[in-house]
Amino acid sequence: MAARTTRNTRRANRRYAADASLLFVAAAFVLPLAWVVLSALDPHAGLKVKLPDGVTLDNFDAVLKPDVTYTPMLNSLILCGGATLLTVVCAALAAYPLSRFRSRLNRPFLLTIIFATSLPITAIMVPVYALFVQVNLIDTMQGTIFFFTASQLPFAIWLMKNFMDGVPKELEEAAWTDGASSLQSLLRVVLPLMGPGIAVVTVFSFVAMWGNFFVPFMLLLSPEQMPASVSINDFFGNRGTVVYGQLAAFSIIYSTPVILLYVLVARKLGGGFALGGAVKG
Amino acid sequence: MVVKESGHSRAPRLRGLSRALPVTPALVILVLFLAGPIAYCVYLAFTDLQLTGQAESSFTGFDNFRTAFEDDAFLNAVWLTLVFTFLSSIVGQNTLGLALAALMQRASKPIRTLTGGIVVTAWVLPEVVAGFLLYAFFRREGTLNAILDWLHLPSQNWLFTLPILAVSFANVWRGTAFSMLVYSAALNEIPKEITEAAEVDGAGGWRRMWHITLPMIRRSIGTNLMLNTLQTLSVFGLIWVMTRGGPGNRSQTLPLFMYEQAFQKSMIGYGTAVALLLLVVGSLFSLVYLRLLRTEV
Repeated sequence: MAARTTRNTRRANRRYAADASLLFVAAAFVLPLAWVVLSALDPHAGLKVKLPDGVTLDNFDAVLKPDVTYTPMLNSLILCGGATLLTVVCAALAAYPLSRFRSRLNRPFLLTIIFATSLPITAIMVPVYALFVQVNLIDTMQGTIFFFTASQLPFAIWLMKNFMDGVPKELEEAAWTDGASSLQSLLRVVLPLMGPGIAVVTVFSFVAMWGNFFVPFMLLLSPEQMPASVSINDFFGNRGTVVYGQLAAFSIIYSTPVILLYVLVARKLGGGFALGGAVKG
Repeated sequence: MVVKESGHSRAPRLRGLSRALPVTPALVILVLFLAGPIAYCVYLAFTDLQLTGQAESSFTGFDNFRTAFEDDAFLNAVWLTLVFTFLSSIVGQNTLGLALAALMQRASKPIRTLTGGIVVTAWVLPEVVAGFLLYAFFRREGTLNAILDWLHLPSQNWLFTLPILAVSFANVWRGTAFSMLVYSAALNEIPKEITEAAEVDGAGGWRRMWHITLPMIRRSIGTNLMLNTLQTLSVFGLIWVMTRGGPGNRSQTLPLFMYEQAFQKSMIGYGTAVALLLLVVGSLFSLVYLRLLRTEV
């Protein structure tokens, strides 16, 4: 009895210690985030975290203009939306035979895919630039979309295959005996059953591209094609002194879609949703 | 080629081909836009291609690599990449991620959710936004110095005095969530009975961690270290936004050095040689990662 009580107290003490440590880390992590939220509402925002001198939405008003926000956001949407669509369609098609049919090519192909998943894409941006200049794809949306797709595809195929493996094969075999082709059974039977898996691949690809800076920074040149990840740089340099409040407001607008998407998917599937396929193998 | 029996009467070879057909679109894109550039990277690295003034490039063999290893700026970038990767990925993200995951096992639910939410938000934010937030945090007029002043500790211009440390911290801030999620998942898979048995036997927290928990999650540690390192090797936007590699070249890691050589100094061939070296290092880590996975598959 006494032993159990001491163990319970010990456990409670340990919980307090853990709570206190976590709160400390949370406080350290939240400071930069607090800056962006508070500064966006502050008419006299500076570089340090402080309570706003009166709350205002002027910063949002100032950036919600076609050339500052709408065009870059639309460009981001076209780039990432297009590349995500292409990625998901190609990945679903490619994952199907890998998941369904046994072939001695599957294993080498999958190993190559995992290998490509972890290559540092940053490293090949210089040759990609040189190549795109040669074939006239530089400064084009479609060229950037294709490269984005290629960089995301290995991981997307790998994730998609793992999700597809979770759909029981018996259901398709019934469709096959009824004379359905592989494509028909993929579209009618398999894909409808793996909705959450497709959602994960879609959101993960979209979020990764939305936040990517280096790819559009290298492959797009004309200002009117710049996505938000690159145009945010304009708050420095070109426009003279930096208006930190507006920079913060723009950062919030630009970050909102990916945070919402993440919350949506994480809520549905539990935290760390995309890691199952990536880390466990 | 195909093992599964089915009612179709087509020849096996033909069936194998038609079954492989859906892979084609992905394969075409991967070959043209990923394998193609990598092959081109290998070729360019052995030429003296420049952006301006020169119509033809010529094959120069290993000159670019010889130049690199005699170039102090390159060696500086290699060293800074090592420091950056060691501090931010191996020490920072990995250890902090594991510590957070372990603490979360014991903490109360609201605090676990709150901390997890904040750390994950830092991870989900776009790279450039994360860069600006930490730029604001570390600047002379920024939050860190304000806190140090308040504590009566000496403040300094972090991005000037310790730029590589500042960008490493930034990368820890941004990347720890990944390790935290990986380790949380791994710790949740350890059966409760094992840790409880050790507790009854009188093993303290540290000893349990060292002798039971760590050996049980060693595969997660291996794969997580590989992925963190690979991710850190290719960080560009975060450092670019915070310091542009400066002051001077005191936070210029290999990706930034590569960019400077190829575009600001117009030496595409040399820049590509650096890229190829980065790619080779990445491939080695990637192969180790594959081996780690293979023992598990």
